[in-house]
Amino acid sequence: MSERAQRLLELADDELILGWRDSEWTGIAPTLEEDVAFSSIAQNEIGHARALYELAARDLGTTADALAFDRSPEEYRSAPLVELRRLDWARTIARHWLYETADELRLEELKRSDDAEVAGLAAKMDREEVYHRMHAQMWADRLRGDERFEAAVDELWPYALGVLAPEQRAALAERVGREEVDAVERGEHSDELRELWNEMTMVRRSIPGATW
Amino acid sequence: MIFEVFRQERRGQPFAHAGSVDAPDLEFAEAWAREQYGRRQESEALWVVPREAVREVHDFPDELNKTYHRVDGYSLKAKLKEARERAGTAAP
Repeated sequence: MSERAQRLLELADDELILGWRDSEWTGIAPTLEEDVAFSSIAQNEIGHARALYELAARDLGTTADALAFDRSPEEYRSAPLVELRRLDWARTIARHWLYETADELRLEELKRSDDAEVAGLAAKMDREEVYHRMHAQMWADRLRGDERFEAAVDELWPYALGVLAPEQRAALAERVGREEVDAVERGEHSDELRELWNEMTMVRRSIPGATW
Repeated sequence: MIFEVFRQERRGQPFAHAGSVDAPDLEFAEAWAREQYGRRQESEALWVVPREAVREVHDFPDELNKTYHRVDGYSLKAKLKEARERAGTAAP
């Protein structure tokens, strides 16, 4: 697999899995308004995943759906940060804020890429991510100083570092105002991802090859 | 706190009331209004206004029946008929 395809899959898997995790709040978010907003953000992330899978699929001679749903859980390249399940709201916001901050750094680099397709898609995604960051930042500002939120950021910080390539981590530490520590790296998947995979691919596996 | 949301559908069109959001401050109101009234590309722009900032005005008395203030208070029908008869042209 080309380096470009691998990189695209990392990004796409992060966005797909995070989109699924965030969508788990649909119907049970702390307020009705937030429920609508967070569900909409979750849908956006899945939309980004689709665009990234389409680009990768062309390189790999397959389809976006096949990449999203037909691989085994072990083949996903998502970061452990996005896989964590059933977080409470403080941890959900801590993850959202850490992920968006890391993602901003990642997109900044991709927008400068020599690869015009990747740079173009990154720029498109970033136009939407601006508002995800706004949403994450406003929540982080509101919860800052809250014991549960601070504990959640402490807990998730090594995971957040694992979203980025090693050379980008110092910049993340600076933005977040924390010391760089050992990251929870991509590669190993938790049972939580397998559980999600089961759910996520259930309909597609029930009738293989069906067109909808 | 309730914020009223007004939505402009296309550039140049007037803003019309779209609904409201219940938010702790203007920042949350903006983020939530954006997702609720803009995510389907249905809006060109939004106005997000604290409900208290809107002065609601009621009661417009017309005790003396000043019908000439109103469009329906000044019937043209009879006058038009008269004028047509004078000019010798029938109603179309």
